Amino acid sequence: MIKAILIFNNHGKPRLSKFYEHYSEDTEQQIIRETFHLVSKRDENVCNFLEGGILIGGSDNKLIYRHYATLYFVFCVDSSESELGILDLIQVFVETLDKCFENVCELDLIFHVDKVHNILGEMVMGGMVLETNMNEIITQVDSQNKMEKSETFIFQSPRQDR
Amino acid sequence: MPAVSKGDGMRGLAVFISDIRNCKSKEAEIKRINKELANIRSKFKGDKALDGYSKKKYVCKLLFIFLLGHDIDFGHMEAVNLLSSNKYTEKQIGYLFISVLVNSNSDLIRLINNAIKNDLSSRNPTFMNLALHCIANVGSREMAEAFAADVPRILVAGDTMDSVKQSAALCLLRLNRTSPDLVPMGEWTARVVHLLNDQHLGVVTAATSLITTLAQKNPDDFKTSVSLAVARLSRIVTSASTDLQDYTYYFVAAPWLSVKLLRLLQCYPPPEDAAIRGRLTECLETILNKAQEPPKSKKVQHSNAKNAVLFEAISLIIHHDSEPTLLVRACNQLGQFLQHRETNLRYLALESMCTLASSEFSHEAVKTHIDTVINALKTERDVSVRQRAVDLLYAMCDRSNAKQIVAEMLSYLETADYSIREEIVLKVAILAEKYAVDYTWYVDTILNLIRIAGDYVSEEVWYRVIQIVINRDDVQGYAAKTVFEALQAPACHENLVKVGGYILGEFGNLIAGDPRSSPLVQFNLLHSKFHLCSVPTRALLLSAYIKFINLFPEVKGTIQEVLRSDSQLRNADVELQQRAVEYLRLSCIASTDILATVLEEMPPFPERESSILAKLKRKKGPGTVPDIEENRKERNANVNGGTNHTTTTPNAKTSPASFVGDLLAPAPPPTNRPRPVSSSSFLQTPLTPLPSQACAIPLAASAGTFYQVAAAASPDLLGLGSPSPLSSTPPALPPTAASLLIDVFSENSPGAAAAAAAAAAPIAVPAAPVADDNFSSITPESLHVADSILADVQEPTDKFVCKNNGVLYENQLLQIGLKCEYRQSLGRMYVFFGNKTSTQFLSFATSVVCQEPLASQLNVHPKPVDPTVDGGAQLQQIINIECVSDFVEAAVLNIQFRYGGILQNIAVKLPITLNKFFQPTEMISQDFFQRWKQLSAPQQEVQNIFKAKHSMDTEVTKAKIIGFGVALLDGVDPNPSNFVGAGVIHTKTTQVGCLLRLEPNTQAQMYRLTLRTSRDTVSQRLCDLLSDQF
Repeated sequence: MIKAILIFNNHGKPRLSKFYEHYSEDTEQQIIRETFHLVSKRDENVCNFLEGGILIGGSDNKLIYRHYATLYFVFCVDSSESELGILDLIQVFVETLDKCFENVCELDLIFHVDKVHNILGEMVMGGMVLETNMNEIITQVDSQNKMEKSETFIFQSPRQDR
Repeated sequence: MPAVSKGDGMRGLAVFISDIRNCKSKEAEIKRINKELANIRSKFKGDKALDGYSKKKYVCKLLFIFLLGHDIDFGHMEAVNLLSSNKYTEKQIGYLFISVLVNSNSDLIRLINNAIKNDLSSRNPTFMNLALHCIANVGSREMAEAFAADVPRILVAGDTMDSVKQSAALCLLRLNRTSPDLVPMGEWTARVVHLLNDQHLGVVTAATSLITTLAQKNPDDFKTSVSLAVARLSRIVTSASTDLQDYTYYFVAAPWLSVKLLRLLQCYPPPEDAAIRGRLTECLETILNKAQEPPKSKKVQHSNAKNAVLFEAISLIIHHDSEPTLLVRACNQLGQFLQHRETNLRYLALESMCTLASSEFSHEAVKTHIDTVINALKTERDVSVRQRAVDLLYAMCDRSNAKQIVAEMLSYLETADYSIREEIVLKVAILAEKYAVDYTWYVDTILNLIRIAGDYVSEEVWYRVIQIVINRDDVQGYAAKTVFEALQAPACHENLVKVGGYILGEFGNLIAGDPRSSPLVQFNLLHSKFHLCSVPTRALLLSAYIKFINLFPEVKGTIQEVLRSDSQLRNADVELQQRAVEYLRLSCIASTDILATVLEEMPPFPERESSILAKLKRKKGPGTVPDIEENRKERNANVNGGTNHTTTTPNAKTSPASFVGDLLAPAPPPTNRPRPVSSSSFLQTPLTPLPSQACAIPLAASAGTFYQVAAAASPDLLGLGSPSPLSSTPPALPPTAASLLIDVFSENSPGAAAAAAAAAAPIAVPAAPVADDNFSSITPESLHVADSILADVQEPTDKFVCKNNGVLYENQLLQIGLKCEYRQSLGRMYVFFGNKTSTQFLSFATSVVCQEPLASQLNVHPKPVDPTVDGGAQLQQIINIECVSDFVEAAVLNIQFRYGGILQNIAVKLPITLNKFFQPTEMISQDFFQRWKQLSAPQQEVQNIFKAKHSMDTEVTKAKIIGFGVALLDGVDPNPSNFVGAGVIHTKTTQVGCLLRLEPNTQAQMYRLTLRTSRDTVSQRLCDLLSDQF
């Protein structure tokens, strides 16, 4: 099971956090900090797996991560997941984001956090992998966007917008 | 076409985010956020109804603020309102807010559930998916209660869309995981299995995850999934890479589904049906073959996907552990990966090989890679990989390569990362002990360990080396010599000083013949370290000094001088000062004989599981310590993770020991007192019962001096020496006899109480968990209990007749431990409820039931307890007890709690027995006979002749009689092999004097037990209780 999915940048600023087990808000922030600390001090070209931090629980858990330009994508998983499988999943996630945002960059994640959540929701649900087929995921996201467009057309208010 | 165009964001949100990003300081950021929060709050509170767009915008802002680590304490209601909107955008953002921000015990759940219910029945697949996502992401109990019936129906309904089916499968999985009791298996299970045949591979993937989890709990219900999974796997593995179109990932056919199917198969043993089995073997061979084919792409994604399947196939081969050819192929494949340039593969290969090492078919094959693994330990740049290498070395170690592996680990230790040093130390210590052929090597290894990584050597490690040295005569001289040499180093680790102090104190005499290590040299060497050490070590050294006085009378003067110095006698530390004072005094007044007795060599420790192994298991958790015999099937149990409740791993059995350890050892700092008590530091680790009489007898004997009442009575009158007349010649009993007996006792009551307290001391454990350092609160009895973790749960009361603490009850979930103390007619029982699982117990409640007539004879008042017990935690309950009059029945403790949603009911008899209210009474021979005679009415005496159930060991019998509560009277019975005891039962209403006599007949393996009390019911009850003890 996937316990948490974290995205933060090279300075440890969180860009997305999704926990599939309940933690208090303070603990969540602590987990993000600890994970950043563990991951960021590792060299490039070392392996992509490491033993989980203390917070997210014991030796059964692993952090599986990939580093893309300015962003770290970290999945915290238990021993029931295949390590290489999760690495693939991160790749699928990033490729999907790339397709949806056209050359995705950190700013896209910042300004469209809701969309990122939606895309992730099409892939992972309640800590389990829902769909790995990128085309399927994008089809779903597209149809949502269409619905959204048709609605925002009605609702968009031209008034001052703060 | 990009799915999200960049221009359509919300401007207000973008401006806010830019503002935040432009903040120069944390303070400015907080200020800006607070301003925004105030703005949103006023908008939400305002009279003007917000349109959907604004609500969405504000909710997005809140999400962003939350992500930055700020608490959001409002907006929930607005989000819930968004759920009931008909607009997709609004509904969607509402669900997003809820799954990110609403925790499972929110009081809004009911409102949320209403909205979900509507969406589930909407027949709009998008809305249904949103609702299912929300259930799966929040996963609370209330949600499970509300939807456990709906979700399976949606899953197996014929007209459900594929995407909804996928969501429903995972949603059901989540509910099953959080509230298994609420998701009943039913007619849908068979249909779920058939989802493995579904056209849509996404549905199959989700279904496989679901079935894997369900199959772990109910393997029989899902047996049919094996053949379907094999068939599916076979179709994928043999398909051309284009067949599966979108599910082909970088030229690998449906890698994710293959992995999941291989995981599912790991829930079951190899298929029995030969055809299916053959087909599966073919699949596995194909996967292994593909690994040797040239890659179809240079992309890392291609090799990742391929290897993900390969590693899972190897896991399955290891799990089945039945096809030697496949196992050897798997081992060779992993051997290739050990040298692969991809770090990830080296890491995974080391990890898989660890499990492979425990298979008897492949253990030897794994061993051939030892040089590669050692090389990995030395050259890998990545600590994660080195850690795996350590694990593998540990797993592949056996007698043939132990010396090499231990040496390599030791040399690695010098440069090892701090984070894994302690673990390596434990592993080295375990291997050194397990595979020691000669114990000199063991001693050398451990001393090296302390020299190299002293800071990481935990107490358990040095306790263990001492236990082993003490238990093995052949190594004691060598150990003394080696520590003596090691201590010569100008700077040595404090742990070495501890070991040195202890071993020289015990066995320094073995090397004292050599003038280079004469007693004085030894002492000076130890004492030169004294000032650099912490208080516990100094305390230990003081004990070593007093032992020296016993071993080497010639240094007595020197040591007394040291003890007498102000820095000792007036040391600011109470413990050190007290030791100095007591030891000095002891050395001055005690004769050589007494010294020799008091400071005798430690008796051997009973063999137990290594405390170090227990520690490593605690540290790493079960499943990660590859103990060759134990660890085989662990992976299976953990396949889908997250479900700790139902898996009972072999290692779980070790937890009781540590529970008992926690219970009985309230962790005093290790203090090394002279011999009998010096073991107290070892008692911390749940080990080492001492012979119980060691403490009990001297105390009982000294108590005897309280009684100086002289009365003349001839032993002949009672005929204690002869077998027959005991039950004969009952002279008429004066009616006042009972009260007379009590009068005499109460006349001496202050003394009696003191004597009783003294005699009871070793039995009654001080109640407070704070250990009294001087009288170790861990009694020998308590450890006997720990020893035999009470096999019989049904009638635990028997075991507690002569003991006051131990484990009362134990099952998979719960352990109940007891400590009791009694004084006169009052008692207090400390009940410890240990949650052995990692899940909280809810609605925890206890009650005590006393049926009539017990209810009027015994008052039992439990104090209230918390309704929850956290996973791994211990809850203490105090029960106050008062004995009103003598009684026979046992009170029953009822325990109720919810575990994983299921109500658990447990009832155990509380071991409150009449003898607990004994106060022992010392008396001299004449008194005893006089009273014996007075209690000679036929109804006052009860006699039982019975066969011995245990070995007839005198010391054990003595301990039991003392444990029963009476004073054991020495020298009363003319026949020294008989036992005689006396005591008074205190109840609220009356006191009952009691005399007993136990005559063992070792030849016939029989006992005769005779009890005389002033009350027939008491005589009978006590006789029944005590007869069962021998």
